[in-house]
Amino acid sequence: MSALRESLGFLTSRLRQVGIFVALILIVLLFQGLTGGILLEPQNVSNLVVQNSYILILAIGMVMVIIAGHIDLSVGSIAGFIGAVAGVMIVHWGWAWWLAIPACLLVGALVGAWQGYWIAYVGIPAFIVTLAGMLIFRGLTLITLKNQQITPFPAELRALGGGFLPDISGGTSVLEWLTVILGVGATVALLIQALKERRIRKKFDLENEPMAWFATKTTFIALLMLIITFLLASYRGTPIVLIVLAVLVIVYTALMNNSVFGRHTYAIGGNLHAAELSGVKTKAVTFRLFVNMGVLAALAGLVFTARLNSAQPAGGTGFELDSIAAAFIGGAAVQGGIGTVAGAMIGGLIMGVLNNGMSILGLGTDYQQLIKGLVLLLAVGFDIFNKNRSGGGGGSTLGKRFKLRTTPPASTESKPPAGNEAPAQERPVPVSAAKPE
Amino acid sequence: MNTPILQMRGITKTFPGVKALQDVTLDVQRGEVHAICGENGAGKSTLMKVLSGVYPHNSFEGEILFEDEPCNFSSISDSEKRGIVIIHQELALSPYLSIAENIYLGNEQAKNGWVDWRKTNLEAAKLLARVGLSENPITPVQHISVGKQQLVEIAKALSKEVKLLILDEPTAALNDEDSGHLLDLILHLKGQGITSIIISHKLNEIRKVADAVTIIRDGKTIETLRLDEGQITQERIIRGMVGRDLESLYPERDPKIGEEVLRIEDWSVRHPQDHTRTVVHNASLNVRKGEVVGLAGLMGAGRTELAMSVFGRTYGTATSGKVYKYGQEINTSTVAEAIRHGIAYATEDRKRYGLNLIEDIKRNISMAALRKLVKGGWVDKNQETVVANGYRKSMNIKAPSVAAITGKLSGGNQQKVVLSKWMFSDPDVLILDEPTRGIDVGAKFEIYTIIARLAAEGKAVIVISSELPELLGICDRIYTLSAGHVTGEVPIAEASQETLMHYMTKEKE
Repeated sequence: MSALRESLGFLTSRLRQVGIFVALILIVLLFQGLTGGILLEPQNVSNLVVQNSYILILAIGMVMVIIAGHIDLSVGSIAGFIGAVAGVMIVHWGWAWWLAIPACLLVGALVGAWQGYWIAYVGIPAFIVTLAGMLIFRGLTLITLKNQQITPFPAELRALGGGFLPDISGGTSVLEWLTVILGVGATVALLIQALKERRIRKKFDLENEPMAWFATKTTFIALLMLIITFLLASYRGTPIVLIVLAVLVIVYTALMNNSVFGRHTYAIGGNLHAAELSGVKTKAVTFRLFVNMGVLAALAGLVFTARLNSAQPAGGTGFELDSIAAAFIGGAAVQGGIGTVAGAMIGGLIMGVLNNGMSILGLGTDYQQLIKGLVLLLAVGFDIFNKNRSGGGGGSTLGKRFKLRTTPPASTESKPPAGNEAPAQERPVPVSAAKPE
Repeated sequence: MNTPILQMRGITKTFPGVKALQDVTLDVQRGEVHAICGENGAGKSTLMKVLSGVYPHNSFEGEILFEDEPCNFSSISDSEKRGIVIIHQELALSPYLSIAENIYLGNEQAKNGWVDWRKTNLEAAKLLARVGLSENPITPVQHISVGKQQLVEIAKALSKEVKLLILDEPTAALNDEDSGHLLDLILHLKGQGITSIIISHKLNEIRKVADAVTIIRDGKTIETLRLDEGQITQERIIRGMVGRDLESLYPERDPKIGEEVLRIEDWSVRHPQDHTRTVVHNASLNVRKGEVVGLAGLMGAGRTELAMSVFGRTYGTATSGKVYKYGQEINTSTVAEAIRHGIAYATEDRKRYGLNLIEDIKRNISMAALRKLVKGGWVDKNQETVVANGYRKSMNIKAPSVAAITGKLSGGNQQKVVLSKWMFSDPDVLILDEPTRGIDVGAKFEIYTIIARLAAEGKAVIVISSELPELLGICDRIYTLSAGHVTGEVPIAEASQETLMHYMTKEKE
């Protein structure tokens, strides 16, 4: 009984993380029902991964930018621009894919450096710089493409968008065995990692998840991975882009949790001044975040172009909104300091399943947009409602709600209200106030 | 006078994992000034939030009777309707709006939806006269001092026909003169029949104004002392707050002072916006191994400005000056450089500049020296936890674990996290700016003990403080600053509040 209560208490304290995960599963089940089972057919699962891969790649960079307290509205245009550049390099100039891909990523880095310079060193808000970037790079896309699409791309590049890992059985088996090996291997690795993490937390006397919840969650995730493995293996195997994405998620999760750079990103989003006064090179961190975003946007552009087998003038339009929505649905905080790569991935998948499910049902983009907008609003609304409640405050003002969002219980004391914005140095100071006798 | 205006009975408020208030009782008589004392984290602010409806009536246990009627507030506006107004420690005024607009913010003097500016300004002027503030009501709030802003807050409370005024550490950011005015005003309002509850750490103020003092410790009511029964004495209050007699407010020290560690020479700083204004003029000072050096000065003397300018140019523009460590000139032009040279600066405003409040204790502690934890390119999280646990123990940080969010800690514990952060960066020189601001008596003693220990370990410590007794209690030598000039250097043996004040007010020719 006490174990159950403990688990329930834990669940309520993590309602956000658990909630978003449960929401994804419910949405999957809902559309599985509505589409009469088409959603989870092997071919559709494979499509789902490939169709959403570029949004998920963008969401990784986007959640990092948001954690640091910024935003990037230009990623869609950058992705389109890089698609155009790839078209020129590969189709017009005849560059090999192994040369063109690094070159495109480099162009992405330069684009990111350009924006990062204005944001970090000149101090223009990211919203403005990337809004400008959205226009600038869309313009450059049109100029590069001379308003016409470039096609076709060689098979090597197309593999990035629609290719699969080779079939090692030589086409004799129903299942793609390489996929099975990878999927089972990844599941085992995940289990080992989870157990190790738990042991370490115990050793260092840190709060651990209740055993019942831990076991349920881990078993569930492992099962889910095995099911997806099976589904992919019974179609054409593992999409190459899924491997790319998996590597990115692992690397960036480690980067955000365990690297100095990642820690500094959380620090500047949580409290810029405190980070600065702790010796964090805040400008350099911001600059690098946007360079990173540029590279990921370039990669997303390449994957998208490869999938369409064409560089198009309107390529990438609206990607920024999907990736921003993914980050926020995944639990990132508007004012920075909070968010995870894994959360952004789940957020992205929710958007992806909605897109895919509604397309199968034959809903037009009109309804799709309407529903996606409502989902974003509800997800963040739920977030704020939840944090308000755990804060125990019946805060009536909007400002209070926002504060509660960052620091739950003691939040009303955590940030001075706007009225006290006079620089600390200019504050009158009490002199010899308490004279002890 | 023995008619209660407010009775709070059996108030219990729980946060996840913490019992913030436990069966608290508070009785306030009509027309009195009632002080609430207690250490930081004792539950004073929580109690006031319960009273004013910040925490809605179903989120805690117990009952509140105001003017003999039960109160079930679900928001601040409910309590304000009944005449209970709370003024928070951190003022809630909008800097760009005028005094009059601020006073009537949310309560606009309007006719058919349109603001009646004549009435707004006239009524505001009347209220300003009542609080003794001679400012034009159309002046933007950002142009008046914090002391006057505090008066505007009170005027705003009066505009709501306040019966019970709650002031949460009203003088924390005020100088002596403004504090005096404010306390006089509270007494003046008492004469007009307004009951006040005042939360304060400053015992001399409490003795000046309070008719009764309720002491809260660890979320429980300890006792209520009454002036007319002769119970309000400093000793009695301190004993109630810390649960023991404080024999000494400062720890014993046996200073072992060694060679000079840091010397600042001829340092000048210009104001960041107004470049014609020099904030620090050719300041020179030094600090030696094992020594605690104080920087005393009135508001605008340039103490924080000097420290922050030396610490990575985080304030203004430095126009002249050199910094020497062990006789060698060092570069402190960025925070990272300053830290690399073994300098640490703990800011006076820990919430805004010292801590990442949404992050946990261990990540705050590791922030200034994260690279020390890097193994093979990655931060060693286990080592980080070990380090943080070490500081939790040695600094006596009261928290369930080092994974606790710093925003939930009390002021004293937050300050200990800040100090841990800088100790982990292993500095030779620590500059502590107002290390005990907003911290209660018991935690202050702990901070002083930590400072003494740091000095005993051979660190050079510079303490910036506005509380002269504190400087006299812990320093070996005190510099005074006045209007940006170093006006005196006083060995502790010769120092007294009078001599320091003399130098602090000295005009440089």
